[in-house]
Amino acid sequence: MQVFSCPYCGPRPDAEFHYIGDADKPRPERSCSDEEWAHYLFMRANTRGAARELWVHRAGCGRWLVVARDTETHEVAAVTPMNAERAGT
Amino acid sequence: MSAPRMDGPTMDGPRMRGLRRLPEGGEIDRSRPLSFSFDGRAHIGYAGDTLASALLAAGETVLARSFKYHRPRGLLGAHHEEPNAILDLRAGTRHEPNARATLEPLVDGARLSSIHALGTARRDLLAVMDRFARFIPAAFYYKTFMWPHWHVYEGTIRRMAGLGRVAADSRAQGGALRHIDVDLCVIGSGAAGLAAARAGLKAGRSVLLVEQRSRVGGALLWRDAVIDGVPGARWAQDLGAALAAGGARVLTQTTAVGLYDHNSAVLHERSGDGGRIWQVRARAFVLATGAIERPLLFGDNDRPGIMLADAALEYLRRYAVVAGSEVVFATGNDTAYQAALAYAAVGARCTVVDARTDTPAMAAARAAGIEVLAGERIESTLGKDRVQGVRTASGRTLPADLLTVSGGWTPLIHLYCHARGRPRWDAERGVLLPGAPVQGATVVGAADGARSLADALAQGVQAGGGAATDVPACIAPPFDWGGAPDTRMAFGARRTWVDLQHDVTAKDIALAVRENFRAVEHLKRYTTLGMANDQGRTSNVNGLALLAERTGRTIAEAGVTTFRPPFLPVPIAAVVGTQRGELQAPLRRLAAEAVHREERAELRGYGDMLRPASYGPAQDAMTRECKAARERCVILDASSLGKIEVLGPDAAALLDFVFYTRMSSLAPGRLRYGLALAESGAVFDDGVVLRVSADRFVVSCSSSHVAAMTAHLEAWREDRFDLSRAFVHDTTPRWATMAISGPASKGVMTALGLGIDLDDTAFPHMSARDGRFAGEPARVARVSFTGERSYEVSVPAGLAEELWRRARTVGAEPLGVEALGALRCEKGFILVGVETDGETMPQDIGMGRAREVRTDPYVGDRSLHTPAAQRSGRRQLVGVAVAGDEPLPVGAHALSRGARPHSVGWITSSHMGVGAGKPVALAMIEDGASRHGETLEFEHFGTLHRGTLVAPCFYDPKGTRLDVRP
Repeated sequence: MQVFSCPYCGPRPDAEFHYIGDADKPRPERSCSDEEWAHYLFMRANTRGAARELWVHRAGCGRWLVVARDTETHEVAAVTPMNAERAGT
Repeated sequence: MSAPRMDGPTMDGPRMRGLRRLPEGGEIDRSRPLSFSFDGRAHIGYAGDTLASALLAAGETVLARSFKYHRPRGLLGAHHEEPNAILDLRAGTRHEPNARATLEPLVDGARLSSIHALGTARRDLLAVMDRFARFIPAAFYYKTFMWPHWHVYEGTIRRMAGLGRVAADSRAQGGALRHIDVDLCVIGSGAAGLAAARAGLKAGRSVLLVEQRSRVGGALLWRDAVIDGVPGARWAQDLGAALAAGGARVLTQTTAVGLYDHNSAVLHERSGDGGRIWQVRARAFVLATGAIERPLLFGDNDRPGIMLADAALEYLRRYAVVAGSEVVFATGNDTAYQAALAYAAVGARCTVVDARTDTPAMAAARAAGIEVLAGERIESTLGKDRVQGVRTASGRTLPADLLTVSGGWTPLIHLYCHARGRPRWDAERGVLLPGAPVQGATVVGAADGARSLADALAQGVQAGGGAATDVPACIAPPFDWGGAPDTRMAFGARRTWVDLQHDVTAKDIALAVRENFRAVEHLKRYTTLGMANDQGRTSNVNGLALLAERTGRTIAEAGVTTFRPPFLPVPIAAVVGTQRGELQAPLRRLAAEAVHREERAELRGYGDMLRPASYGPAQDAMTRECKAARERCVILDASSLGKIEVLGPDAAALLDFVFYTRMSSLAPGRLRYGLALAESGAVFDDGVVLRVSADRFVVSCSSSHVAAMTAHLEAWREDRFDLSRAFVHDTTPRWATMAISGPASKGVMTALGLGIDLDDTAFPHMSARDGRFAGEPARVARVSFTGERSYEVSVPAGLAEELWRRARTVGAEPLGVEALGALRCEKGFILVGVETDGETMPQDIGMGRAREVRTDPYVGDRSLHTPAAQRSGRRQLVGVAVAGDEPLPVGAHALSRGARPHSVGWITSSHMGVGAGKPVALAMIEDGASRHGETLEFEHFGTLHRGTLVAPCFYDPKGTRLDVRP
């Protein structure tokens, strides 16, 4: 039962959040190869240790968040709004 | 004393009878006798008894049969460490199939029975298993029941070796889950825990104190101590009351079963049926879980009447039960002498057998009239269904009706291990102690190897945030940990039990080592040592010591296994709590539910919503409602359809990106049907989008996809849009929507009088207008799920009933969800998730055009241009016509006949089409769109049907009825 500090709602139990996937996975251009697209769709890093993950605060504000945390110790380094990093892309 | 039926050399019935329960003292209330029975024999206990103390006082010595050999077993412990006494408990309507006798309070009328016996614990027909013991050593199953397959034997073996059974009539009801958030959570209310809680409360922190037993105090309740000038048990009771009065929450009969991430814990409170789960979040935890005694290793050390010394003392002091009149105390440490002195004081004939040659405790014992055999060990025990005497290493035999054992002590560090703490072996004390500190939890007292009561109190005060001056003064004998297990007598002529609950013997460990299962984790799995539901509480360290001895290593080198939650088994009823029946997955309700009930609707769950399936008697509702829709006018409560507003200057761009169908070209006041895809190219949802004005849209998605669609829109908004220029806002629950449909619907709308020009030129199909209803805003959209002229009227949710009633009085007839399904099926309108699955792409359901023309990016675009998307043989939407008047079964597979017959698709929807006047079906068939006219066989559970592939529309293919005039 981890606690994530939502930048909009404050500290909340992880049951309110829903895991989406790796945070650092840019969407390829339409001109990409089939292999690149398949990699984007289906491959996951499954990192052990420090990871950056996308979570959505489904039972709270509904916002999308980048959670930087250690998948082994469950230590959370930071929770930031996804959009803050992506705006303008 | 002792049981009337007991026999053997120590029997001294008449004189001692009645002494089993002292006339005074203990926590029991002698004015409140409680009747109970065990295996049909009636007994009397008292309020304050546990099942175990009442059974012990009643002279019941054989309470269970062992797991594998069906050996008779009695009480070894007095609380959670007890491996044997697991019983079936019935009281009134309550039933606990695996009640732990040492934990459950006695209740009046309790009917107890043994669970793991063919017959009763006393006369178990499976006792013969023990005769075959030498043929069924560790791993016997793995080696023997291999051919032809383990599953051939599994049923029989499981029945012979299982625990209790849940009765078919069991209605255990757990309590509702509780959450609690505190500054300080103290687990264990012995001296250290109480001191920590008091210090925490004094420092102004909110405090939760958790205690497994029925009252606070831990070992102070039975061991000798004086704190702040009063007896330890008194001090504990007074402090517990003061803590509660001071604002701390004190939970007794509650076990911390697991310590989890980020300072959280799960507790199980034993109360009534199943009990209740608590989820705790605390700024800090203090783990004051104490230590339990270890048994000694010698021959036949599993007989009933062999008990941990500390347990014998607890039974005496807390329940006034004298567990034996002729007692041998086998020990290698001073702590166990407290029990000998206490039993001597109540008149039992006591003999201490101590492996050591000389210690100060011996002199004190001798002074109290206790015989002490120094430098002596137990070799084996005598007796049949209970211990009747012991044989020592030097060959002496001593009579005994109780043999207490104390092979040293084991700190309880399970919770520390749950928090990823790694224990370390302390050779001097002979214990596994917490290693490096873990985040958020401090281990104190005996759990941390404290050497005295004073140490434990000081550690507790410090962990609670108090000052050294807060530590109370105390007088107590020093705590002797006893050192590493004594393995000298473990491999004698008679079998020596290590794990009583799983029937693992010292010989099994030796066998495992011979077969090279030398790593501790291998040994554990090969012998099942410590894998029973007590998690090897009394056996792990003894097992480690034997492994170390057999492999010529030290215990530190042998390593340790990992403790995982739960510390104690938790009844499923407690885990489920109140989340059962209607509360298991609560359904959302329509605002107009009451009026649907008045209309005799049959309500059913669709997705997460309770909706009217049909109205009136079910057998004719389908045809009647469909006919009304095709011939007159119906009203359907469509309030669950999504109403997600997308607003802002970039709203159109956001919808263009999220939808496969472009929405930016939509004119204000107009509607468009469209698909949204997942990035895999699969159809994610379909819906109708209304453009209210240039920068305002309403997405009306499928009823059960509202939450997912909102999240989907929000995801892409946050991914690539300026948050100040596009917003997503779900307004679904605020609006009630009634779909008014049928050739006569325009007349009904006119009668409703919403102030909208209903002329078909001014208000054409696929457009929306704003009007008013009962003084409130009303939006009317001309969109049809039936294929008939239709108006969807949305009003504030509070007006749902009124709108329904008004429409009914002006001629609309009710339509349920089931009839709507038949209507949309014959029109060939798909339902996402019914016709489509995770592979269905737009081109598979006849919507391939946007893929060909759109070059701007949208979700799922690239996936539509992969080889998989473009290959032939994809399943495509078709209609299926049949010759007779019997609809095809949904789910029937279309067969391809040939060398290898196989399925080429399946029926997704099938109904009697009232408009079409014949059965109609939709199917997803490989290359179906180019196979119209082909007749296929459809197989369903062995029956064959024939159907011809046709265009997926059976009724009004040109759509002329959308504007049909009444």
